Amino acid sequence: MELNQLTAHELLEKLKSQESSSQAILKSLYTRMQKIEPQVKAYARSQAVESPALNFKATGDLRGLPITIKDNICTEGLPTECCSKILEGFRPPYDATVINKLKENGGAIFPLKANMDEFAFGSSTENSYFGPTHNPWNLNCVPGGSSGGSAAAVASDEAIWALGSDTGGSIRQPASFCGVVGLKPTYGRVSRFGLIAFASSLDQIGPLTKDVQDAAILTGLISGYDPRDSTSVNLPVPDYTQSLTGDIQKLKIGIPKEYFIDGMDPEVKTIIQEAVNKLKNLGAVINPVSLPHTEYAVPVYYIIATAEASSNLARFDGVQYGFRAKADTLIQMYKLTRAQGFGQEAKRRIILGTFALSHGYYDAYYLRALKVRTLIKQDFDKVFSNFDCIVAPTSPTSAFKIGERAQDPLKMYLSDIYTISVNLAGIPAISIPCGFTKAGLPVGLQIMAKAFNEEILFRVAHTFEQNTDWHKLKPKL
Amino acid sequence: MSIDKETIKHVAHLARIELQPNELDKLSGELHEILGFIDKLSNLNVDQVKPASHILPISNVLRDDQPHLSLSLNKALENAPSKKGNFFSVPKIIE
Repeated sequence: MELNQLTAHELLEKLKSQESSSQAILKSLYTRMQKIEPQVKAYARSQAVESPALNFKATGDLRGLPITIKDNICTEGLPTECCSKILEGFRPPYDATVINKLKENGGAIFPLKANMDEFAFGSSTENSYFGPTHNPWNLNCVPGGSSGGSAAAVASDEAIWALGSDTGGSIRQPASFCGVVGLKPTYGRVSRFGLIAFASSLDQIGPLTKDVQDAAILTGLISGYDPRDSTSVNLPVPDYTQSLTGDIQKLKIGIPKEYFIDGMDPEVKTIIQEAVNKLKNLGAVINPVSLPHTEYAVPVYYIIATAEASSNLARFDGVQYGFRAKADTLIQMYKLTRAQGFGQEAKRRIILGTFALSHGYYDAYYLRALKVRTLIKQDFDKVFSNFDCIVAPTSPTSAFKIGERAQDPLKMYLSDIYTISVNLAGIPAISIPCGFTKAGLPVGLQIMAKAFNEEILFRVAHTFEQNTDWHKLKPKL
Repeated sequence: MSIDKETIKHVAHLARIELQPNELDKLSGELHEILGFIDKLSNLNVDQVKPASHILPISNVLRDDQPHLSLSLNKALENAPSKKGNFFSVPKIIE
């Protein structure tokens, strides 16, 4: 195997024994990119021009191991454009806290950023100003989104591991579509400082990796309290690799009946049921549970997320950074900058969110949505008082064709039907590969736990992974 | 609840986005459909439910008031589309 095909923990062993070097690993990534990046387009400015990684602390444990970063996480001096025209050419004057942590630990920030839906608005990575990313398992399909570039890069060995962000499923759904591991940590577990905000009450940064062990390592590195993010929580960060015990005996797992609905691909359903049987055979106790407000999650999300986005994106006005349209008056400069700088989906969400917050509609939409959010959270609280975790599909289908849902926003929004509740409830969830459709597309299994209980997720995910071979399969490119 | 074109125009103005006539037509259809879907929420009785204004039980987060360095002027201005001296420059506001 080439270096770029290995997991991070395998490469860390090689770096430790000086059998390999940071430079050699970077070289292997570029060699891979020169071959396949023209087809996959996992990176924002899809080009395989070799440049060095960002500086890191030489004595750190990661010993210069490269890591790929989504285009909405600020990296000092390196373009961070949210795959939007309005941020074209933006080079942040500071690092996000997660980037600081990685550099301090010896992580080599890869000098190209991963592609994404503009401002993370989407479930397919088709809404990128730089053009769509293609699914490594079938180049005619989407990689999922919005962290589709990160997921595709990891799946196609154009990255060792990656960071993404998840507001309504943007790590887990692409992980599922690309056959990799993706975790959305508990809200408040990872600092959002330097993550360009989409919906501040929902956003979390998390890992996309080739296996569960890598996800456990990376989550440990980026987690923890940050005085610069007042929503980050001051709780000790456990050593998540200690959770990889391989033992799920007597663990109580709930299967939510509301997740097995019409509209779910029957093939996905069968694969998920087989995965649940596997967990049962491995010693878990499986029982049906109910999350009765599940059907309200998507409508609640598209009010809260767009309302917060409309407020967060007000800062893109052509004054301080990025693109500015030519105009004679200030108001016209704002209006034209935003009209020309934002893509269609961004405009749609800003206008929907502004509407939901506007005079006369606030109570009917935004306030009502906040109340239903409480009901959705209570559903989970109730289940977690009796169960250790919940297991469900990550997405109702495998990867869909590029263009298939691009003209139908509502259908696209429904791609996230199984992932959105987790963000609304603030809890952590992981997606791991659990099978393939007959067409050869990966399917993801989602595991959810109560807040700050990532350990259970790693334990169950790792046990399942070590007893299956799905994570070892690689796309033929 | 439905949304007419006048409302969309008004909201787009509030959001400082200049919409082209064809964009307005397209958005009007799309938002109508999305809001129709969202109207599902009116089926629920939420009179007794408290809004989830924050999902974690933390409030009033304070830190020690200690002086520290922030971004230098040069760094803060380095991405500006237009600047004059130590300021961001914009089209004239007052005649």
